[in-house]
Amino acid sequence: MAVKNLVIVGGGPAGLAAAKAAYDCGERDILILERENELGGILEQCIHNGFGLHTFKEELTGPEYAQRYIDEVAKRGIEYKLASTVLEVTDEKKVTYVNATDGVVTVQAKAVILACGCRERPRGAINIAGMRGAGVFSAGTAQRLVNIEGYLPGREVVILGSGDIGLIMARRMTFEGAKVKAVVELMPYSSGLNRNIVQCLNDFGIPLKFSHTVVEIRGKDRVEGVVIAAVDKNVNPVMETAELIPCDTLLLSVGLLPENELAKNAGVALSPVTGGAVVDDNMMTNVEGIFQCGNVLHVHDLVDFVSSESENAGKCAAEYINGKRGADEKVTVKTVKGVRYCVPQQLSRDGNFEPLNLKMRVSNVFKKVELTVTCDGEKVYSRKRPVVAPGEMENITLNSEQVRKLKTAKEIVISLEGGDAK
Amino acid sequence: MYDIIIIGGGITGCAVARELSRSKAKIVVLEKGNDVSVGTTKANSGIVHGGFDAMPGTNKAKYNVLGNAMFDKLAEELDFPFKRNGSLVLCFDETQRGGLDELYERGVKNGVPDMEIISGDEARKLEPFISEKVTAALYARTGGIASPYEMAIAYAENANVNGVEFKFSQEVNGVKKKGEIFEVACADGTVYEAKVIVNCAGMFSDDINNMLCEKKLYIRARKGDYMLLDKACGYMCSRTVFQLPTKMGKGVLVTPTTHGNILIGPTSNDVESKEEVNTTAAELADAFEKALITMPSLSRRNIITQFSGLRAHEDGDDFVVGESNVKGFYNVCGIESPGLTAAPAIAVELAEQVAKALSLQPNENFEPVRKGIPQFSKLSDEERRKLIEKNPLYGKVVCRCEAVTEGEIVDSINRPVGAKDLDGVKRRTRAGMGRCQAGFCTPRIMEIIARELGIELSEVTKCGGNSQVVVGRTK
Repeated sequence: MAVKNLVIVGGGPAGLAAAKAAYDCGERDILILERENELGGILEQCIHNGFGLHTFKEELTGPEYAQRYIDEVAKRGIEYKLASTVLEVTDEKKVTYVNATDGVVTVQAKAVILACGCRERPRGAINIAGMRGAGVFSAGTAQRLVNIEGYLPGREVVILGSGDIGLIMARRMTFEGAKVKAVVELMPYSSGLNRNIVQCLNDFGIPLKFSHTVVEIRGKDRVEGVVIAAVDKNVNPVMETAELIPCDTLLLSVGLLPENELAKNAGVALSPVTGGAVVDDNMMTNVEGIFQCGNVLHVHDLVDFVSSESENAGKCAAEYINGKRGADEKVTVKTVKGVRYCVPQQLSRDGNFEPLNLKMRVSNVFKKVELTVTCDGEKVYSRKRPVVAPGEMENITLNSEQVRKLKTAKEIVISLEGGDAK
Repeated sequence: MYDIIIIGGGITGCAVARELSRSKAKIVVLEKGNDVSVGTTKANSGIVHGGFDAMPGTNKAKYNVLGNAMFDKLAEELDFPFKRNGSLVLCFDETQRGGLDELYERGVKNGVPDMEIISGDEARKLEPFISEKVTAALYARTGGIASPYEMAIAYAENANVNGVEFKFSQEVNGVKKKGEIFEVACADGTVYEAKVIVNCAGMFSDDINNMLCEKKLYIRARKGDYMLLDKACGYMCSRTVFQLPTKMGKGVLVTPTTHGNILIGPTSNDVESKEEVNTTAAELADAFEKALITMPSLSRRNIITQFSGLRAHEDGDDFVVGESNVKGFYNVCGIESPGLTAAPAIAVELAEQVAKALSLQPNENFEPVRKGIPQFSKLSDEERRKLIEKNPLYGKVVCRCEAVTEGEIVDSINRPVGAKDLDGVKRRTRAGMGRCQAGFCTPRIMEIIARELGIELSEVTKCGGNSQVVVGRTK
């Protein structure tokens, strides 16, 4: 059986950053497995700009951002295989992949980083009634058709969901001469970034209807229209408000789901909140030597944060291979009062008090709140926030002294205090 | 000039075509869709019924029991997914228990073997996730499941290999008899001639019959909505579980599919249009509520898709099978449940009748065996290696959810009666049937279809007709 120190599943932004960091920590025996014909992952179809403001202090397009990391990987001579689909990862870190030249190959790894990204929630998962002709696309599929294949999915478009890809595609379809008639959002707030609402909808006069949903899709061979309706407080449609919007295309931007079939098979414990693994501050899952980072762990807003999180995973994996990090006793980070989740969910009691980054999402839009981290009743960190929203990830960095308090505490609680948080 | 024209490429038309190809004859199947199995066949429960449901003496009862017994051999010959998983009819109320006895006795009269009435606890031992409220159940060991569209495709491929022609986008709008010869006119102006017509036109078989025959038929469209659940919860159900029909209604079934998903439904609702296959929010909600009676721990979160199909319900409430009062014009009409189970038996009997009437000679070259597309996901690593060595396209996974390779997709297009659109590829390979519901693989499969068929990407359709996936090039 082939042997590798570190196998990274996925050659998108997460896998590339992890590989680079692992190499820079001294690890030389690395293999990246990528199922597409190019490295770069989903960034390759994200041709709009706005990537890299945090990492590179400039605005790059998706492919430009990806290229910077592809170049870093190439410079280091890190091995990768394209058009190679991983079929199985076991709890013993045996990784089986398939491609056209090698056939089916199993590699025994010392550490595995799962960086396989996420997928879009499809129509079926949100139960829209009606006909089943052509013209219903998830926003990412439409994005690929336009940006990679060079074809227009439709001319008169309704978009359900105000996730970032939906917002970006509203603008992209408009540039291509399509008429985007409305963006319809079930919740009373957007799950996308505010800057995208401004730049992709407002600048083009595209209406955004909050607390509305699509209740029916019409048209036999192809979509001929969708019926939308307002929803009540319990997000049930109010049929008296139903209204037909003639269109030939419905794009869905209704959420991203971490793609965790491989992880499940390896016995990795998943969080019901994020859909990704439960990890500690080494980005290690409950299965020793299996790490996770990027959108397979939890869905990010900005690729910059994917990169930094994944560099941490790469570094920790390299150190794990060298015996510097292991499966220690762990303390759980509790999230209450308006904080939906925190990644990492656990901290390792490993005596390593390096500065630590915590990423979290809130459960609703709250105003004038204070984000606090408390250890055994002592407030260790707090930050005033005029407004927080589920669509914008909260990102805090704790210094060594604060980390020491957290990692030696019996109980860690993160919450929103004051304002209208509950 | 053909010997035989079969109108309709659903499960009955394809089965009749294959059985008739055992004889030397010039046969054509005229299908109005872009593929076989695109009407009622593609959207039904996929159940191989035991045969206790139909009233004794009816065609439904007869062909159900005969058909059921044929599946083991047939599935092996034609290589389509079939499993004899057994079925349960659940009784939730001791006062209704008589209903189970009635079904049992009906089954005995119909000749159904291997039935038994078992207690609620025994039923829960077989199916641990069914409701605590189940008091008794009728257990039919001969019940089974099949993939209805894959079965029809298998029949069609085998018929085609044995000489039957298939013509698509051929909507029949006129049938005349001139002397001994039938003239069949299609909407696009094409006219076909034949000595015999077999009407397997499903929802529209009354229209075809009524163009010619004095005895009119009337087919009603009875719609049923379904929901399909993720394979992740497939462990919850291994037998087909019905609810005992009561005054409150017929209930819905919860069944595994041959591919390991769970299927729930169908609702039952007479609709105006024979093309009205839209799901409705109310019916979907109703189906799920009823399924919860059977299996209270089913979760809506596991639903991956919904669809709806039409049952061809004939006013006489039975299958209409055989020669009509017009000599040489045969009907296979009103094939609603248990139509899938009955189709093999109907086809054999009808083919015999036609062969006798036309004095057809046996086709000595008849090949009964059809081999399906190798399924990468079901193979061992060793088998996969061998396959990839022979054809490297089997090393390129295109549909990640169902692990379908480019090799399988190319094969599905280039086979006899091959796929021409996204749905055709999906039915033959399962590409796009998984939990992401074709989000990732749609553009890739479009490229492969365009390449293999030598057409433009913008000409690729979802399901023929005007269902082009994209509307043109970008600026």
